[in-house]
Amino acid sequence: MYNFDFVKPSTVEEAVAALADDEAQPLSGGQTLIPTMKQRLNAPETLVSLLGIEALKGVTVGGDSVTIGAATTHATVAKELAEAYPALAALAGNIGDPAVRNRGTIGGSLANNDPAACYPAAALASGATVVTNRREIPADAYFEGMFATALEEGEIITRVTFPIPDAAAYVKFEQPASRFALAGVFVAKFADGVRVAITGASEEGVFRWSEAEEALSGNFSAEAVSGLSLDPDGMMADLHGSAEYRAHLAKVLTGRAVTAAG
Amino acid sequence: MKVTMHVNGRQVSGEAEGRTLLSAFLREELGLTGTHIGCDTSQCGACTVHVDGKQVKSCTMFAAEAEGAEITTIEGMANADGSLSAIQQAFQDYHGLQCGFCTPGMVMAAAALLEEIPQPTEAQIRHHLDGNICRCTGYHNIVKAIQAASGQPVAVAAE
Repeated sequence: MYNFDFVKPSTVEEAVAALADDEAQPLSGGQTLIPTMKQRLNAPETLVSLLGIEALKGVTVGGDSVTIGAATTHATVAKELAEAYPALAALAGNIGDPAVRNRGTIGGSLANNDPAACYPAAALASGATVVTNRREIPADAYFEGMFATALEEGEIITRVTFPIPDAAAYVKFEQPASRFALAGVFVAKFADGVRVAITGASEEGVFRWSEAEEALSGNFSAEAVSGLSLDPDGMMADLHGSAEYRAHLAKVLTGRAVTAAG
Repeated sequence: MKVTMHVNGRQVSGEAEGRTLLSAFLREELGLTGTHIGCDTSQCGACTVHVDGKQVKSCTMFAAEAEGAEITTIEGMANADGSLSAIQQAFQDYHGLQCGFCTPGMVMAAAALLEEIPQPTEAQIRHHLDGNICRCTGYHNIVKAIQAASGQPVAVAAE
């Protein structure tokens, strides 16, 4: 990979100042960015590590929500939210592999918005709020397509707040080599309705399946979605699965997630 | 830039560029070639080391990120008297390796698992080894070695 300058500030303000340079990029756990740089798909002149900023780390459990610092690793979320938000903890505990989970962070995952990443599904289905150094962004306004988000230049995620649903589950079908989701479905049942977010399937990245949400809000059971279908048009297609396969898989996994959520 | 860290209990310093990976720093700057580079793409786990007690892939972390950290590599796993640790001995006893290339990473992954779950089930062991690839053993003997190292009975006794 091309060489770069490495800086490791200890406050958000210092990080933002370092990122003012056009050729600077933030580095969180690096589990996606470093492989991308090795392939020379990305060549920043300066990398600004966010892992020296203690204010970005840690998990806080409130009465009806949990707040996760952007630089909190998947392993920490898996461990510390097992009781407060088990579906989210389980999702975090199945990202990648143990070594990846010890480095990768929630802020990095959401900022990257890989179309097959797990966290975007949790954030969108939970109706999470992405908090940055500038503002609070509701999940419904945050995800803008494959690798695209509402984040602006110089804007970094500081924390993410998840409302805790009455019932929730995430089910993914792993692409066995990459362990990314070939399709993954997060179902969250709240008092005022059900939210369903699907990752891994669409060319537009994570999306809400509103038809399933309506059906499940009236009848929270796998049968409620068994007669529905997702349009394969706009689904990703590659050697691992056709668009039709992914559309069908996402529907089947939605039913499984509902069953798992109970 | 100069990078300083504690490796296997000893403070060490060396020169690194921003792009120098921890795996390259350990092998080329410190001469600790027990940490293997298999795929260099974060897939195979042969480069697994512990950073501040956490299992990580040293090919997917910059040396500069390890400034001031406590690193343990396979060279730090043997007992103080030079004899094999329980995990290493179990890999030998249960034939948990053939070519041995993946073994440093497997041992480091196993050590991290047993630190967290002292008596893991077979399913927990297999799940934990998700990020460590072995192309010789078919994994069964690695799983048995880790079961044995954790003091649990092993389904099929070693010859």
